[in-house]
Amino acid sequence: MPRSHGADIDGLIQLLSRLPGLGPRSAKRAALQMLKKKDSVMVPLARALADVAERVVTCTTCGNIDTHDPCHVCADARRDRATICVVEDVADLWALDRSESFRGLYHVLGGTLSALDGVGPEDLNIAGLLARVDAGGIGEVILALNATVDGQTTSHYLAERLKASGVKVTALAHGVPVGGELDYLDDGTLAAALRARGSVE
Amino acid sequence: MDWQDSGIILSLARHGEHDAVLEVLTAEHGRHRGFVKAGMSRRQKGHLQPGSRVEVSWYSRLEEGLGRFTVEPVHNPLGALMGDGARLAALSAMVSVVAATLPEREPHGRVYEGLVALLDLLEDDASALVHWGEGLVRLELGVLADLGYGLDLSECAATGDNDNLTYVSPKSGRAVSASAGAPYAERLLVLPPFLIDTAAGRPSLREVANGLALTGFFLGRNVWDVQGQGQPPARERFTATLAAEISRG
Repeated sequence: MPRSHGADIDGLIQLLSRLPGLGPRSAKRAALQMLKKKDSVMVPLARALADVAERVVTCTTCGNIDTHDPCHVCADARRDRATICVVEDVADLWALDRSESFRGLYHVLGGTLSALDGVGPEDLNIAGLLARVDAGGIGEVILALNATVDGQTTSHYLAERLKASGVKVTALAHGVPVGGELDYLDDGTLAAALRARGSVE
Repeated sequence: MDWQDSGIILSLARHGEHDAVLEVLTAEHGRHRGFVKAGMSRRQKGHLQPGSRVEVSWYSRLEEGLGRFTVEPVHNPLGALMGDGARLAALSAMVSVVAATLPEREPHGRVYEGLVALLDLLEDDASALVHWGEGLVRLELGVLADLGYGLDLSECAATGDNDNLTYVSPKSGRAVSASAGAPYAERLLVLPPFLIDTAAGRPSLREVANGLALTGFFLGRNVWDVQGQGQPPARERFTATLAAEISRG
């Protein structure tokens, strides 16, 4: 097969194609774009990658990924330090923080209990959460886990473990999404929405 | 090769970035896996949760191949169970026992019917932990019978009587009466009355726990230990839920 570029560029394309959302063709397009804009895109990107790769750490308090420990969220004095929102993954933390509707602290579990994958309580960052709550000063723990069997099983397990601490434990509501049309919702979501119905003021 | 069947989802495993391998217990084709294109996508993943009822079409060029599923959701019980930890624990235990125990691609119509009935029971607001536990014991007895390891609870293995059956021999899987079993009571398994007497009424939580210990022993010895995998963790969590409820009184 004729080669239009050398092994170095080929290696770059292969590395890019490992990223989520990029296949071999889109990786090739991304590589070509970088090569064409070497000074404005490629060099700053390479510098930023090297810089972050050298300094990236997992926050020992909450499990977030940042270049500082404690992370920017844990170190932010303006946040409500009496409320912890428990999430499955760093991506969930970033999504919730992006919404700007929650200004408390987070705790990343690193997964959910899963019978299929053999993930048990000892494989998750549950001990860290219990230690934070036991240390005092926490008034509420919000369980923001996925609305899947594994996510909800983990929520109930955590609620059970936190019961002894006396802290208020809440979970995200489940139901009709903003802009959602009932006709298009699955029966599971509709059942959850009906169960969680509230009075209209 | 292709077929259509009704099924209950047992598990969903990621395959690549967006695709999935789905495991379904079908009415006529037994426990079966298949590839689902974009099964992990936001649109599909919600419908493919364990315990969901689906209609599946399976297609493969070769009979022994993994093949490909096209899935149409029929009913998803998760919405009704989400707020109840004990119901979720029971659901996970039921599907994981079936997934860990039945061989692939072998029809087990009675187990399928049993699981459908149990999932309906889970969604019944009037049902409680004791009912789901009893149902799981009966499902496991059915699985043992289907696999050829059925327990004989009709008469005493030692005397042939069918009066006051209290134990089960771990060796033979046969019932033993109270008098014949008394000298060996420590080595015998407890036989809860609800498994032999249909007029015994609803069992207690402790009797259900004894029933799960009984079926768990034989499933462990004949299936799980042979496969080197032990009891499914979800079943372990359900028995722990049961034990916690018993200790609470």
